[in-house]
Amino acid sequence: MNAIIVSTLLGVIMMFCSWGIKNVQAQKNIALVGLLILIFANLAHANAWYVFEYDTKGMLRFNSFGLYANTLLFSLTFIYVWLNGEEISKLSKTPADFYSLFFFILCGISILTSFDNLLMLFIGIEILSIPLYILTGADKKNMFSNEAALKYFLMGSFSTGILLLGITLIYGATGSFHLTDPVIDKLTGMAHEQMLLSAGLILLFAAMNFKVSAAPFHFWTPDVYDGAPTVFTSFMATIAKAAGIIAFINVFGSQYKALAFSWTLLLTFVIIATLLVGNIIAVFQRSVKRMLAYSSIAQAGFMLFALYGKSEIAKEGVLLYAVVYSLATIGIFAVLIKMKENSFDAFNGLSKTNPLLAFVTTIFLFSLAGIPLTGGFFAKYYMLSALLKAGAGLWLVILAVVFAAISIYYYFKIIQAMYFTTGESALGVVPKYYTNKLLIIAILLLVLGVFPNLLLNYLYF
Amino acid sequence: MILLSFLFIPILTALLLLFIKNNQLAQRTALVFSVLTLFVAIGMLCNKVVDFNAVWLPNLNSRFILHADGLSKILILLTAISFPAILIATAKNDFKQRNIFLSLLLFTQAGLMGVFLAGDALLFYFFWELALIPVYFLCSIWGGEKRITITFKFFIYTFLGSLFMLVGILFLNAHTADHSFLIQSFMSANLSAGQQITAFALFFIAFAIKMPLFPLHTWQPDAYEQSPTAVTMVLSAVMVKMGLYGVIRWLAPLFPAAFMAHTHVVVVLSIIGILYASFIAIRQDDLKRLIAYSSIAHIGLMNAALFTHTQIATQGALIQLFSHGINVLGLWMVADIIEQQTGTRSMQQMGGLAKKQPVLAILLVGFALANMALPLTNSFVGEFLMFTGLFQFNPWMAAFAGVSVVLAAIYTLNMVQKVAYGEVSEKINTMQGPNKGAQAVLIILLMIVLVTGVFPQPLFTLTADTLQQLFVK
Repeated sequence: MNAIIVSTLLGVIMMFCSWGIKNVQAQKNIALVGLLILIFANLAHANAWYVFEYDTKGMLRFNSFGLYANTLLFSLTFIYVWLNGEEISKLSKTPADFYSLFFFILCGISILTSFDNLLMLFIGIEILSIPLYILTGADKKNMFSNEAALKYFLMGSFSTGILLLGITLIYGATGSFHLTDPVIDKLTGMAHEQMLLSAGLILLFAAMNFKVSAAPFHFWTPDVYDGAPTVFTSFMATIAKAAGIIAFINVFGSQYKALAFSWTLLLTFVIIATLLVGNIIAVFQRSVKRMLAYSSIAQAGFMLFALYGKSEIAKEGVLLYAVVYSLATIGIFAVLIKMKENSFDAFNGLSKTNPLLAFVTTIFLFSLAGIPLTGGFFAKYYMLSALLKAGAGLWLVILAVVFAAISIYYYFKIIQAMYFTTGESALGVVPKYYTNKLLIIAILLLVLGVFPNLLLNYLYF
Repeated sequence: MILLSFLFIPILTALLLLFIKNNQLAQRTALVFSVLTLFVAIGMLCNKVVDFNAVWLPNLNSRFILHADGLSKILILLTAISFPAILIATAKNDFKQRNIFLSLLLFTQAGLMGVFLAGDALLFYFFWELALIPVYFLCSIWGGEKRITITFKFFIYTFLGSLFMLVGILFLNAHTADHSFLIQSFMSANLSAGQQITAFALFFIAFAIKMPLFPLHTWQPDAYEQSPTAVTMVLSAVMVKMGLYGVIRWLAPLFPAAFMAHTHVVVVLSIIGILYASFIAIRQDDLKRLIAYSSIAHIGLMNAALFTHTQIATQGALIQLFSHGINVLGLWMVADIIEQQTGTRSMQQMGGLAKKQPVLAILLVGFALANMALPLTNSFVGEFLMFTGLFQFNPWMAAFAGVSVVLAAIYTLNMVQKVAYGEVSEKINTMQGPNKGAQAVLIILLMIVLVTGVFPQPLFTLTADTLQQLFVK
């Protein structure tokens, strides 16, 4: 509860900031302090220190997994703002507006990690999505940004409609919005209600797939990610997406696992399609930004394995995956922002012009590809392990591994450009401190690649 | 702790090298510390070795365990000998950014040492990859003309293989009683025949690609040719042994039933590979490619010997792991000296080395004879045992594999004839001969060839415990 209230308050405060404080640097610092307060408030909650406490009639139910997910996602946002503050400031005279939107998104996230009621799911998703539509269109004078925002908004509302329809059907069948009510047991034997419930679940499933950009509901992703300003693409592809996955797990990992037969097969299909579409199309991209959009689809496919796993190890895994994937992707986008163009050629000969930057980019790419000694390896490891423990066929694991090998191809294209191709890189001016910040992220990834426990142990406190 | 130093000396040196910009100094640092590793390795042979065992990933039940038995020791010794030799051999070769090159080379050494020492499957997988990634950069930055595509092919090939192994490791982990990655608990895992075959296949793909076993060998000749010589030496002397090591350490003890069920298939594939590589070697004009194909043939023979699952052939293969490494190292060094000084690898343009550079020619002939497994050289001991085992396994297989000895004689002697004898060619005429350091290393290697050829008993004693574990239950 702390996080929901505090993030909303901070959002409002940030909104008025742009009115009182003109210095963009100060606005960024206020946002960073705000994020620290938010993290602190959430930790306070996790340690049973409730500043705000309401009886939500069971609509929200806080558990250690959700709270820890909050902490991690808030921390990632902190790293994101700390790294990208200057870039955000370039997009508007009053960047505090954007920070305020971030806080509203975080409010949505903290609902999505703790809801126990389908209405709260709907509200959480809307609070998360609407600021994202605005952020996509933040580059007001750029037609692509406008187009992307409109597309995202139309497609997003459409999927929200489907989500609502699904929720309605489920309500019709069970008479309850609650996830943990034991209503499903009462349903045995009533065929038409079962059917209503299944139909509702499938619609809900489709809508959630849309939110996490899983195939075949991924069509909006490349266009939106490509059109949105790169800084915000970085946020959408990482933190917002991770929240979507966690929400997905919260719905379908709860009581609805009693109905596993009706959606496990669908999920398998969706995961395979997502991995296939993401990986294969990414191979053919010429723009790094679009490649990363498809790569984010492919990585979402991997994260969905946690839903398949439904075990403790899957839950640990999805948190690790979300953090590691977000760090690496935020890092790559931060490098891409400094490029004058988005093609692979922009990276040519980067190892000569800026060896440190080339090195950190290599670590990010290694992590995305899942190479040992980087966090990405353990992320993938947990997912595969969860799959096996859930009793999935070995063929599915092997298929996942083959797709991971394919991903090497497009990630290493950047490494090849940086190290083995001679040429002039299209790198703009990169201040020293910026590279150092990226280095810190890279070191974090390396540490997580040897000791993933450092992150996961806190899940049990 | 002594085992831990095999990882730490190379890794710390590699990190140190990143900051040494002076070429001379970098070269010396790398050499000094790799010689130190060699001394530690020799020290290890003389003393009793204690396992290193520490907590690594408690959640996953994976431990940081380093364990050395005879098999590990012989390969560690080979690795420890190779790296100083390689560093001296390539000291005069011209590189840009030498310190980075040396640093990556030493990371590879650490990876190799880790592979040979790991007693925990997840740790093994880590080192397996750690050995590969620096090589990717080494070959792609400092390699020949077609380096980028060739190395990428090599990388994807081996990486896909190791991912299959990872699935195998996870699969076994799910079937152990204590859900750990220890090799002992893997051995006591209760697997049905079908599960054994699945896990066997997953592991074997990784090892077969690394060796490489026909028909998965297509990456190798190109990669050997395009790599800088120092890396080619690492690849052919030590890295291919990773595959064979995997077979002895993991495959044979973990999946005995599946192993026995596949002996014939694998032996036949190996023999096809041996003959195929030998015939191609005969047709080669390029010195480096000739050695590459000859190496495929020799590794194939070792793999066939391991899969006969006879004690005598396995003993032969264990010795040959070491001997082949030394021989191929010598051959590459001679080939590299010739290439560096004449600027060509085509044997047609060579000739008359014996007149111009008698010492180098003697060394070349020495290693060439060892490559043919002539009596008194080290390979003879190993190959003799392997053929005996193959004969016990199936006389026909032994007969077919035996043809390779004749073929080896053809291509090796042909090579010696073209390079060392005949008219002194224009290119050879301009040679200055090997420098003192390289010559000394070559002589030491040749001494090892001869000493272990005449008196192989120490190697038998060293590997006795591994053999006992495999064959005496």
